[in-house]
Amino acid sequence: MDISFILIQLLNGLQYGLLLFLVASGLTLVFGIMGIINLAHGSFYMVGAYLAFSLSAMTGSLLLAVLLGVVLSVVLGIVLERLLFRHLYQRDHLYQVLLTYGLILVFEELRSIIWGDDVHGVAIPALLNFSLPLTDTLSYPVYRLAISGVCLALALGMYVLIQKTRLGMMIRAGASNREMVQSLGINIKLIYTLVFALGVALAAFAGMIAAPVSSVFPNMGAQVLIICFVVVVIGGIGSVRGALLAAILIGMADTFGKVLVPEFAGMTIYVLMALVLLWRPEGLFKRA
Amino acid sequence: MQQSTRALTLTLAAAALLLLAFPFAESKFYTQLLSKIMIMAIFAMSLDLLVGYTGLISLGHAAFFGLAGYAVALMTPQYEAPDLWTSLPAAVGLCAAFALVTGFLVLRTSGVYFIMVTLAFAQMLFFLFHDTKLGGGSDGIYIYIKPEIRLGETSLLNLDDARHFYYFVWIMMIAVYGFLRTVLRSTFGHALLGIKTNEHRMRALGFATFRYKLAAYVLSGALAGLAGYLAALQFGFVNPEILSWHQSGAVLMMVILGGMGTLFGPVIGAFAFVLLQEMFSNQAVLGAFAKHWQLLMGAAVILVALYLPGGLAGLLARPGRKKAIEADDG
Repeated sequence: MDISFILIQLLNGLQYGLLLFLVASGLTLVFGIMGIINLAHGSFYMVGAYLAFSLSAMTGSLLLAVLLGVVLSVVLGIVLERLLFRHLYQRDHLYQVLLTYGLILVFEELRSIIWGDDVHGVAIPALLNFSLPLTDTLSYPVYRLAISGVCLALALGMYVLIQKTRLGMMIRAGASNREMVQSLGINIKLIYTLVFALGVALAAFAGMIAAPVSSVFPNMGAQVLIICFVVVVIGGIGSVRGALLAAILIGMADTFGKVLVPEFAGMTIYVLMALVLLWRPEGLFKRA
Repeated sequence: MQQSTRALTLTLAAAALLLLAFPFAESKFYTQLLSKIMIMAIFAMSLDLLVGYTGLISLGHAAFFGLAGYAVALMTPQYEAPDLWTSLPAAVGLCAAFALVTGFLVLRTSGVYFIMVTLAFAQMLFFLFHDTKLGGGSDGIYIYIKPEIRLGETSLLNLDDARHFYYFVWIMMIAVYGFLRTVLRSTFGHALLGIKTNEHRMRALGFATFRYKLAAYVLSGALAGLAGYLAALQFGFVNPEILSWHQSGAVLMMVILGGMGTLFGPVIGAFAFVLLQEMFSNQAVLGAFAKHWQLLMGAAVILVALYLPGGLAGLLARPGRKKAIEADDG
């Protein structure tokens, strides 16, 4: 195994990890702020990927598809929060699990009715469809680098939004004391709706930009969801910073696991999770 | 109050006896369907011990169900019947051991962590059987020949026979119900309920709550293993799907649909869930749309979560009890 090979794996691991972070950050935000465990979060990732498939075929451009898709997924988030999730804030986790489990079944079947059960590919935009040469024989696709770059920019954007803006202050306040924030005259319901829509949009966006690399297939949401649970458990529930670190850790573990122990690659991340649980049952970053 | 409890007990006993007479009246298809339902009822009761009585919401209970199935399939030489006397205790014992090891890890967490971690461990097992050649990969393994117990020349119990199998499962279901009833009436059972209500107080009272929870987890895993063992024998094959998280979600649904924390509720839930599934996926009822039965199932799950927190048992039981279940939910 030479250096450039390891470099390629590192870049792959980083890209996968950052993509996971986009999905997991929504999961952890929605839990940290609204106290909701959302199993259907992976479905939003799937919806994003299928939207990218259909919209890019319609418009002929992935960029346009992503822009349209993000708007649609924000709308989806607002509608779902108003219609369903709003009724779950004060309820036991059990009912949240149950309702969102039901939602997965609904989303999967709707997907099957609308798009069928085939695997689809999405073309990489022409502008980004080339590779950077690393050595004489090895090169690295620019589109993957672009994914990493966009994800990093979004992670930075989220940090600024939550830590530095007035809205972010309200969100953090709402997470620690809902009643107090409400009595100060802040519309907490609106903030919850916004946060939920943000989570949906992030997951869907991740699905959209991943579509050209991973292709679009049934049950892709469930796969991502479970890995994101591992990310959230390792990072510490409610911690966006923890989610970022854990996502990159998982991305690396999974990528190198596939290369080094291909037979047991599916299990590496769970072993990692077991080790973290032994060491720190509350995750690496306890919720601040 | 006493009277309504007695009425309920009598109704349940009558229903159990009615089930006993069933195979004589109906077709083989329904005998097999009811066997499947009773197996799921055992599975759901085992989960109720965790969810309804100890307050631990597991989303990975299919791990035990599937593990037992794989255990019997792997232990049996390909063209021989599994030996009931060795394979059943071995499969159940393996599940108990797996529960002991994973329980030690998952019980370090609580609440929403517990939900995610149980799911993750079940998924780990899923990938173990799905990705490696250990259990035939994604195709799974077949169990060609069913166990038989003979006394000299006469066959006492032949599980290949649908009726024999039906009665075997019936006995197991009643035995599990009776066993769990006894366990839950003991000091141990009361301690579990105490943990569910207020773990800190139980600890302050001097209960080693971790050990109680671990014991409940192991017991629950072993009983889920019993259900998985029976299911593997009935279907005659095992594949990774039986330990997928859909299975874990489905059994959780049965517990809630029936009414958690009642023990007979999950049995009702198993009946309702499987029958609902049969109806939604029946082409005679829904035509071509039956292919998309999961859509209706999902909608049903959502409606139960929103409007029926006490489950069907909550509807049956006296109003006072219904209130208690609702208060619990808050």
